[in-house]
Amino acid sequence: MSPLALESRGLCRSFGALVVANMIDFRLEHGARHALIGPNGAGKTSFVELVTGALRPSSGHILLDGVDISHWSQAARVKRGLVRTFQITALFRRLSVLENVTLAICERFGIGGGLFRPVGRHRAAIEEAFALVERLGLADEALCPVNTLAYGRQRLVEIAVGLGLSPQVLLLDEPAAGVPSGESGTIIEVVESLPPDLALLIIEHDMDLVFRLAHRITVLVQGRVLVEGSPEAIAADPQVRRVYLGERVPV
Amino acid sequence: MGDILSATVNIAFNGLAFAMVLYLISVGLSVTMGLMGFVNLAHGVFAMAGGYVVTSLMKEQGVPFPLALLGAALAVAAASIPVERLLYRRLYGGDELDQVLLTIGLAFMSVAGATYIWGPLQQPLQPPRWLSGQADFGFRSFPAYRSFLILCGAALVTALWLAVERTRFGARVRAAVDNLRMAQSVGIDTSRLFMATFALGSGLAGLGGALGADLLPVNPGYALQNLIYFLIVVAVGGLGSIRGPFLAALLLGVADTASKYLAPQFGAFFIYALTLAILLWRPHGLFGRA
Amino acid sequence: MPGPDAVGIFARRHRHHPLEAAPWLVAVAAYFAFPSYLPLGAQILATILFALSADLVLGYAGIVTLGQAAFFGAGAYTTGLLAAHGWGEPITGLLAGAAAAALIGLLSGIVILRTTGLTLLMLTLVVASLLYEVINKASWLTGGDDGLQGMEVWPIFGRFRFDLFGQTAYFYCLIVLFLCWLVARRMVHSPFGRSLVGIRENVRRMHAIGAPVGGRRLVIYTISAALAGISGALIAQTTQFVALSFLSLDRSGTVLIMLIIGGVGRLYGAFIGVPLYMVAQDRFSEIDPVYWYFWIGLLMVLLVVFARGGVLGLIEELRSRDGARR
Repeated sequence: MSPLALESRGLCRSFGALVVANMIDFRLEHGARHALIGPNGAGKTSFVELVTGALRPSSGHILLDGVDISHWSQAARVKRGLVRTFQITALFRRLSVLENVTLAICERFGIGGGLFRPVGRHRAAIEEAFALVERLGLADEALCPVNTLAYGRQRLVEIAVGLGLSPQVLLLDEPAAGVPSGESGTIIEVVESLPPDLALLIIEHDMDLVFRLAHRITVLVQGRVLVEGSPEAIAADPQVRRVYLGERVPV
Repeated sequence: MGDILSATVNIAFNGLAFAMVLYLISVGLSVTMGLMGFVNLAHGVFAMAGGYVVTSLMKEQGVPFPLALLGAALAVAAASIPVERLLYRRLYGGDELDQVLLTIGLAFMSVAGATYIWGPLQQPLQPPRWLSGQADFGFRSFPAYRSFLILCGAALVTALWLAVERTRFGARVRAAVDNLRMAQSVGIDTSRLFMATFALGSGLAGLGGALGADLLPVNPGYALQNLIYFLIVVAVGGLGSIRGPFLAALLLGVADTASKYLAPQFGAFFIYALTLAILLWRPHGLFGRA
Repeated sequence: MPGPDAVGIFARRHRHHPLEAAPWLVAVAAYFAFPSYLPLGAQILATILFALSADLVLGYAGIVTLGQAAFFGAGAYTTGLLAAHGWGEPITGLLAGAAAAALIGLLSGIVILRTTGLTLLMLTLVVASLLYEVINKASWLTGGDDGLQGMEVWPIFGRFRFDLFGQTAYFYCLIVLFLCWLVARRMVHSPFGRSLVGIRENVRRMHAIGAPVGGRRLVIYTISAALAGISGALIAQTTQFVALSFLSLDRSGTVLIMLIIGGVGRLYGAFIGVPLYMVAQDRFSEIDPVYWYFWIGLLMVLLVVFARGGVLGLIEELRSRDGARR
């Protein structure tokens, strides 16, 4: 097992004149609790898209547990344990909460393409899905279509789906975005109770959440890694403070 | 050698004329599909209407040809506005299937409507005397009507491109096609822009249908028969593009004419195969954006 | 009250509901009630299968296609050609039609399913048009514009002859439809079928849960093509005639219309929309074929604007409003 759960080397991507990723070298260790922060438009979500294969890099490499996955399909990466959630909820809107999670688990079990046994017969998958749904406090709404849930509850479903895939590396893209502060408690609990060997990368704007959950922080500005370090170091870094107070940083 | 040259010139000439007609009809479709994201399979109805209006005006009212053309374009543009306001508007940003079904329904209605008003037979276009016969261009003579078609088409295309590049309206259209939300946030009234663009595109289609009545025969089944041609021009050209469909129309016009001359037994096979190949190479069209 | 029972409710979703026997009972009853309309009945049953094939690819997987008639025609011509050249055994002819259609579906799917939106729609139309041209030009073999002549379909199992009364045709189509429906129903409730709904609802999410989206779409496209081919073969065998119009845009468009009348993506839309449409067409288009086009077009416009879900959608809405009131 390689020392790094996830690594990017020299990752680059631009859209014409707009550079979203500029030679990003990133390292995520096993069991990491890592946060990626930066101002809007810094390229954080683009980074997730590049790493998960939703976007092709112009150059650079991505390694998952030491294996070069730069040319792998999205599905292949997920099968290997690289899982993401979406910043803007991306669920199967007219399907129930339970079904959303069940679909993910079926894919993980490898039965997602099964043509002849009804889903209902795959009891183990459904029960595991329900256990997850319960753990996230959604048991009462298990059979409700996702689009009838409050946005904050939908974010929880988003996380349930991600967890259903048994990730080795989990990329949470603004898990608490849009969640009223009274409800973000569940999210924090879930994150804190994740298995210690799972490598976690959180993208967040909520600094309280970041400092509570992260052991290490990377700051991304205009597609480039500005600085990386422990929460204390980042909080004290004058460059970071300049970025967040709005002054331009020479790149 | 002389035969090959002559055949080439004929193919180029007739292909160009056909391309002009296809472009005039399809450019509106390209822009509205790129701008409103609306799959309008009934676009051919506007072209057909233009053809019917011009032939009716000339035959029944004795209106001179240039006026009849203008009348056709304006009538179709005006008629398109209620269609956009009342029907199409509801489906912007909606399900593709809905748009397909709605517009196919309209196309079906147009077949019946045209038969009811003008009967089931094809309406031939009688070009005015000053456009009949041959026109002598010195080095050789060409059919007068088609020459007129090419020149008129070229003038219209130039005017259109200038309008898009130089006028404020054109700038607004380009901005909205590029990024609708940005355009809205800088204060462009997109609702009125849609309506104006749609009317302009439909008017042009009407004009194209009127001018091209001898290349694309005006009959009740027009909209469905020629649908695939218009879609090919738009898809190959690239949605939302103004120039792309011109290149696509040229390719399609010349290829279609060439295959009719050189290999008529293959029918439209070659065209479809070519379209398939181009769209597989460039799924967003030659000038489309990802 | 959902709770621990949520799992149970979800797991029982695929169980057969007594109402599902209704279409079959109606079909058998119709045999006895309308003995002089059996040939039309057979056509209706075969067309239900065609619409069902379109529903799978359109309503479930969300692939908007204007070229479903290509597979219908491929099945029809394959079976027809076999029957016109000495092999009139119906069941193997049917399977051959299915195989040919499936092959065309697979090959064209591999090529065009990489695209989406308008490009995909266009390419489905292009594929159907290409096939149309090929069959038209090969008129020495296919009869071209005049249609395929000289089909001779043998009796089923040597006993049941196809005749003008349509008794054999009716039951033949009914049994084939039933078998295909069983397959379709199974598929729709399977993880594969649900993943198609997922692809339709949110394709980005499907990628993100590790589903091979392209492969799934190709599979359903091919299966749908096979079913459409079977329906084309049925029509060919029961009418002993195949025409170019089997591959027309009109036919692809009409099957969409029939489907939307019944309701897309609900498995039974075909069973409602097709009989309604075809019986109405049988009655009214005699009067004036032109007006028929007008009313159908108008119906489509009204359906899209007011009743998107067709008949089944309306029923769903009424039931949910009823449930909310209680």
